[in-house]
Amino acid sequence: MHELSIVGSIVDSVTESLTVYHGARVLEVRLRVGALAAVVEDSLQFCYGIATEGTLLQGSKLVVQILPVIVHCGACGVDGVIESLQSFTCPHCGEPVSDLRQGRELEIESFEIEDAEVEEAGEAVTP
Amino acid sequence: MTTRIVELRQGILKKNDELARGLRQRFTSAGVLVLNLVSSPGTGKTAFLERTLRDLKEGGANVAALVGDLETDNDARRLAASGAPVRQINTHGICHLEAEMVSKHLEGWDLAGLDYLFIENVGNLVCPSSYDLGEAVRVALLSVTEGEDKPLKYPTLFNSADAAVITKIDLAGPCEFDRVAAFKNIRAIRPGIRIFETSAKTGAGMAEWLEYLKEQRPSRSAS
Repeated sequence: MHELSIVGSIVDSVTESLTVYHGARVLEVRLRVGALAAVVEDSLQFCYGIATEGTLLQGSKLVVQILPVIVHCGACGVDGVIESLQSFTCPHCGEPVSDLRQGRELEIESFEIEDAEVEEAGEAVTP
Repeated sequence: MTTRIVELRQGILKKNDELARGLRQRFTSAGVLVLNLVSSPGTGKTAFLERTLRDLKEGGANVAALVGDLETDNDARRLAASGAPVRQINTHGICHLEAEMVSKHLEGWDLAGLDYLFIENVGNLVCPSSYDLGEAVRVALLSVTEGEDKPLKYPTLFNSADAAVITKIDLAGPCEFDRVAAFKNIRAIRPGIRIFETSAKTGAGMAEWLEYLKEQRPSRSAS
């Protein structure tokens, strides 16, 4: 259960990046998470609601893209998606594989923001 | 009202990863071999480490250890009986060690004077796998009392390990431990990994383990 600290890091990173977008509201945060990253999406979602409360991310949606484990097979030279996390074998030739090319990612890909109204309204804001 | 997408492409654990990279550089230039020991609670990490520290010290090596637990300094006191410098890291609820905790607890230690530094992680088979501590070797431990299929249940950790240690092999008989199945399962998750079968109690398998440690030591440049 380290999802809460992971979500805390997400809030920190996005908040930091937001400083250049004054007053913007975050609508959505998109993550790329490898199947071997040792995090559970349900826990992330649960913790996200708690950790974003009172921050600029409050009310935003968390979108998690799970990336399959891709290995490179030294025997047949091909990259392939392993079918089961219980068996690290080449999907093409069946040889054991340990050369991981994807599956440990734990990253913020992007976030979507809504610019503050002030920017569009310009001078006309004064009543 | 306009919406837009801001590309970030940033590792969530970026801060930890950067700190870990810095630690790894420090360890390498100091010529100290750093190992991160990970297992479930109760596997016998501390007993295995006590034995390892004692045997290494008897062989003339300079060793030290950091040990992580949620609370208490019981393990540090046990390990310190070996005569090696030991520091306890209390995480107060956090289920894993992070690079920053390691860095903080190294203050004042002369790394260049050490041959080996062991970091005993918090007993947990999930969370520690995400946190790089700057170690050269990550060791996954499994005891004969835990069941041979544990590597299949916790692939994220076993796949990230550089070596595996089976502990308490003196209890293999009474536990009807299936050695062949255990080896098969560990290597299904991490093909080709070195596996050591040890008993901290009888000393079985320790010679092979110590030999491995020696092989992993970075060779200090002659200049």
